[in-house]
Amino acid sequence: MKNHQFDVVVVGAGGAGLMAALHASKTANTAVLSKLYPTRSHTGTAQGGVGAALGNIEEDHPEWHTYDTVKGSDYLGDQDAIEFMCQEAIDAVIELEHMGLPFSRTEDGLIAQRPFGGHVNNETGKPVRRACYAADRTGHMILQTLYQQCIKNHVNFYDEYHVVDLLVVDGVTAGIVVIELATGEFHTFHAKSVIFATGGHGRIWEITSNAYAYTGDGVAITLRRGIPAEDMEFFQFHPTGIYKLGILITEGVRGEGGVLLNDKGERFMDEYAPTVKDLASRDVISRAMFLEMQAGRGINGKRYLYLDVRPETVNKYAVLDGLKRPDGSPYVVTAEEILGKLPDIVDFCRTYLGVDPVAQPMPVQPTAHYAMGGIPTNMYGEVVIDEQNTILPGLYASGEVACVSVHGANRLGTNSLLDLLVFGKYSGIKAAEYANQADFTPLPANPTEFSRAQFAALRENSGQENAVQIADEMKSVMNDYVGVFRTEEGMQQALDKVRELKERFKQVKVQDTGSIFNTDLLNTWELGNLIELAEVTAVSALARKESRGAHAREDYPNRNDAEWMKHTLAWLQDGEVTLRYKPVVLTKFEPKERVY
Amino acid sequence: MTMQIKLKVFRYNPEKDKKAHHDTYTLEAEPTDRVLDLLEFVKGQIDGTLSFRRSCAHGVCGSDAMRINGLNRLACKVLVRDLHSRKIVIEPILGLRVIKDLIVDMEPFFDNYRAIMPYLVNDEPAPKREREQSNAQRERFDDTTKCILCAACTTSCPSYWANEAYLGPAAIVNAHRFIFDSRDRAGAERLKILNESWGVYRCHTIFNCTIACPREIEVTQAIGEVKKALATGKID
Repeated sequence: MKNHQFDVVVVGAGGAGLMAALHASKTANTAVLSKLYPTRSHTGTAQGGVGAALGNIEEDHPEWHTYDTVKGSDYLGDQDAIEFMCQEAIDAVIELEHMGLPFSRTEDGLIAQRPFGGHVNNETGKPVRRACYAADRTGHMILQTLYQQCIKNHVNFYDEYHVVDLLVVDGVTAGIVVIELATGEFHTFHAKSVIFATGGHGRIWEITSNAYAYTGDGVAITLRRGIPAEDMEFFQFHPTGIYKLGILITEGVRGEGGVLLNDKGERFMDEYAPTVKDLASRDVISRAMFLEMQAGRGINGKRYLYLDVRPETVNKYAVLDGLKRPDGSPYVVTAEEILGKLPDIVDFCRTYLGVDPVAQPMPVQPTAHYAMGGIPTNMYGEVVIDEQNTILPGLYASGEVACVSVHGANRLGTNSLLDLLVFGKYSGIKAAEYANQADFTPLPANPTEFSRAQFAALRENSGQENAVQIADEMKSVMNDYVGVFRTEEGMQQALDKVRELKERFKQVKVQDTGSIFNTDLLNTWELGNLIELAEVTAVSALARKESRGAHAREDYPNRNDAEWMKHTLAWLQDGEVTLRYKPVVLTKFEPKERVY
Repeated sequence: MTMQIKLKVFRYNPEKDKKAHHDTYTLEAEPTDRVLDLLEFVKGQIDGTLSFRRSCAHGVCGSDAMRINGLNRLACKVLVRDLHSRKIVIEPILGLRVIKDLIVDMEPFFDNYRAIMPYLVNDEPAPKREREQSNAQRERFDDTTKCILCAACTTSCPSYWANEAYLGPAAIVNAHRFIFDSRDRAGAERLKILNESWGVYRCHTIFNCTIACPREIEVTQAIGEVKKALATGKID
């Protein structure tokens, strides 16, 4: 066992982790460790843009962005935190530009902006161009730019170090335990501050846009250490994943004028969201798609619809909608412009489908995409562990793993990148501030005991079960019953299955007995994390007897503010999930019915 | 339309094997399966010890560069039908030390990346808002911003195989990305680095890198533009 000591340790090297590291390392001795090379992180797959009311093309205001985010959250987002994020958005995007991020540009050389779902002019209700973008590879550019800046600023990296445990002594953070992939050795990182920026857990579901690495390690580890998980029932299904594969097709396609069509060739979103149509919130669109398919209007009766961005289609609906360019002329696109604005989407469709999106429509279905829930934090990234928002000294979380909550029951497109920039930055600043006035908490006598026992159990069990089989069964029931639409009966069925799988997992076979790059062992450990988060998700969802944002119940179809305007906190103790609740922070916006 | 595939995979486990060998697996595949799906199938159902890196599975994260039927590709971006063969041979990328099976030591690759100052340098006081950049200026370096550091280009380059001191195509691509960015001020310093003996003149325009790039970056052209800037003393 090797021991390292740093003032601040950042776990995860995606957008949030790198942003935190950049800011923490200005004043404190900081290390970043990640199970992947930093540039492999899932931030790199984000496509369409980052939201900020720059107003580069048309009138916009942080206040409008704030309201849109509150409404998008179905009033479950904490309004103080949302306002803070949207006010910080402009500085965050300008900071990125100054770091060198190659944004696409307007004719005037400013950062280009495009429409995105749920972002509207608050006076007219029409879509507003707020998503700041770099073609359809905005996340790639953010990840590269932040990594470049970390190199410039000599940040310490431990690449391919996999976190497996958090050490808390007498209620104070003491460090983490990790496995070095190249050797299989356990290491402890003794730290005053630990920032979890480990990303989401979308691999629970069968159809997912999420990377293999998205296994919820951060939430699973903190749950095991007695820290609750907040709002886990809220998981976003993005409307447009490539049929069967789940690969994301950005909302930016619809921002550029693309429309969803059913088997009859009808644009159905004007039925469900008469004002903004295909640019409604993601939860609204995923439900509409589900209902269309349920009514037999999937393409050829199957479980997919068409996303059509062929120029003739875009131009036809642009005329019907009266769309205008910023200079007031009619909105008309050419195939060349679409290729220029959405090059990666075109590439994905050609590679995986043999479909050329400027000549043929794309087959799409809702795909598991983003965790609104996660480790509870306040708006400075400090982890809070109960209904009173008691801070756990020295522990921080930011990015998708965290639940601030700014996304509430449904995240708006472009707000994930904004979240990781703003809260990554503040978690880094706060973690360094804390470290600079705190002492190291002594490590426990045998710091790796708990994690070694977990891995020993994986290596030494009977080996009667196959991990892929268990994973497939979990993904299947979660997709069917804890997906876009939910019922009591279905969720109970999913929960029963997940609990059965949790038992079977105790006998799972790990074939690789070695030390060096034992991905068999680590992937199996990750599956254990997913199963626990699936259980917490199902229990949290079963308890919430209403429909709100991404949690849509057929048996409780309405939002119920009187009883359910509150955040779920779920604890996992001795294998049992307990739920308690905490209030939502309301400031300026009274809850009202959500119509797009 | 299911078809039978023979998947021949390079194997080396330093904890067990004295030397490398190949294992062959026979499996059923769909023409639309990714090569990565086949590797996942082997790992999940046949041999859990098979080791390789992967994450996003759609050609964006750059984890799974490997040699597939002799060419450097991302396993997640090649479909079975693209290979026009029922026999698929998978080996680690060349020029980097094999750690285990398809996993190679990426450190020398990232060392070369870090050596070319892969970050924007501009110490002039920043404006309150964005630094402006015209579409033409932005377009000038667009192609090289696409790099995902997968190493497919560098490890396809005979000059890199011959001399690992050579910075390699990926490092030069990333230098290009900044040299031709109108906002950057360190072009001359980067050119000086690339003018050294391990720099850009090791490139003999073999074009393997351009063929290998899963992001379709015109790598050889980018290297040529850097050479031209060195020769003329002008960045344009």
